[in-house]
Amino acid sequence: MIDGWLPPLLIIAVKSLVLLVALLVFIAYVILADRKIWAAVMLRRGPNVVGPWGLLQLFADFIKFVLKEPVIPDMTNKGVFLLAPFVMATLSLAAWAVIPLADGWAIANINVGVLFIFALSSLGVYGIIMGGWASNSKYPFLSALRSAAQMVSYEVSIGFVFITVLLCAGSLDLTDIVRAQDTQYGVLGWYWLRLAPMFVVFFVSALAETNRPPFDLVEAESELVAGFMVEYSATPYLLFMLSEYVAIITMCALLTILFFGGWLPPVNIAPLTLVPGVVWFVLKVSFFFFFFAMAKAMVPRYRYDQLMRLGWKVFLPLSLAMVVLVAAVLQFRGASALAN
Amino acid sequence: MAVAFFYLFSTIIIASAFMVIVARNPVHSVLFLILAFVNGAGLFLLAGAEFLAMILIIVYVGAVAVLFLFVVMMLDVDFAELKQGFQKYLPVGAAVGIVVLAELGFVALGWQSAPSAHDAAAAPIVAGITNTAALGRVLYTKYFVFFQASALVLLTAMIGAIVLTLRHRPSIKRQNIAEQNARTRQNVIDIKKVPSRAGI
Repeated sequence: MIDGWLPPLLIIAVKSLVLLVALLVFIAYVILADRKIWAAVMLRRGPNVVGPWGLLQLFADFIKFVLKEPVIPDMTNKGVFLLAPFVMATLSLAAWAVIPLADGWAIANINVGVLFIFALSSLGVYGIIMGGWASNSKYPFLSALRSAAQMVSYEVSIGFVFITVLLCAGSLDLTDIVRAQDTQYGVLGWYWLRLAPMFVVFFVSALAETNRPPFDLVEAESELVAGFMVEYSATPYLLFMLSEYVAIITMCALLTILFFGGWLPPVNIAPLTLVPGVVWFVLKVSFFFFFFAMAKAMVPRYRYDQLMRLGWKVFLPLSLAMVVLVAAVLQFRGASALAN
Repeated sequence: MAVAFFYLFSTIIIASAFMVIVARNPVHSVLFLILAFVNGAGLFLLAGAEFLAMILIIVYVGAVAVLFLFVVMMLDVDFAELKQGFQKYLPVGAAVGIVVLAELGFVALGWQSAPSAHDAAAAPIVAGITNTAALGRVLYTKYFVFFQASALVLLTAMIGAIVLTLRHRPSIKRQNIAEQNARTRQNVIDIKKVPSRAGI
């Protein structure tokens, strides 16, 4: 009995550990890149003191956060207050269990992968609500309500974008979705071209879903101090910030898988096909993160009613219409119609 | 393994369902309710119904329970006042509880499944089809009318809720984005040449 399930369990544990460490190191450099890109747009140098070119900055930040005293304000709801960052971090990291880094490189290759990620991202709102409510303070609470409403609104259009991709790929399995994009046309065969409007809708919704600028109303400094995590400090704050960036990278990975051919090389010719799939995957994720960072540097913040209007009155009807259109094309012209 | 997880999930569901009732703070009650939902999804997973498990989390936990939590967080609960009526309401509450418990007992003891249900339960899922696809095939063919009808009921409820709460307040100045975008330099800016020391 023990021989039956223990070895696979150990293999899964080791795989998860390797993935987590790789992901967290990647995140450290993603945060550095975020700050560097933002600085470059503003003609500043960005972090450049710790290590060569500031490469060790994030590790210094990490040590600083962990060694600080975690302040738990009086009158907070202590259990929920401390639970919130853990819920948030666990949920955002759990999504990586189903993301295929290369062909067959997913820890859990489940056949409802898209739904799993969608479920986890819809749970992510709890971390924010719990944190905001348990802080027992006005600004975090208002910010948590804003953020929750924002995330719930944009999840609707993200759901419809998922549906259009699922209709084209004919599967809920992330691996199958990437395989469905493996055509002779290479980069032109990926879904970003065929479903171009949905690609844009998904990118903008991803910005809103992860509370990134221009939709960072949660931490609109001039109005709400620093959002729902005002009362947090030290490690709990670190967990919030970390899970925010993990969610961003998850969204970049989803963009890569759903619209940009996952681990596939851009053109199916000899030197490019020899490069391991995971390299393409990481390159594509970094490429999308660059756009997230540039959006942060360049676009002014939306007003709250404009944000809601964009979500409910523009994206929802547009994505709903695309679902009907894509389904109609597939039904009346056959599944091959979209291939060219 | 599966049996161990079944008992783990079931125990957590029962414990958290109990905590929903006894928790003093209504927000804690809702959080325990969410824990029960999530573990229910775990039970669906063990039964091999992964689609239902994910939908349970997306719909109930991700949407319905968030609204619950919103409402409960907004409540201005006075705990002292809540406790005051306890003695007075205890007999009524106990009576209702006993009646419901007795009815549940009768149902459980007199349980008989219809003969047709046996056949349905024994029907195996066609090999090579995920249960998402299997559900979709039944839902959009055999039960299409019911599926659409239930969607219409939800739509009616949604329209009803909007109509009941919609108030037109003419005093508020709203932004008309189309109008704003249609403005051009020609019809907005009027350039005047102002002679020195003379004014317009």
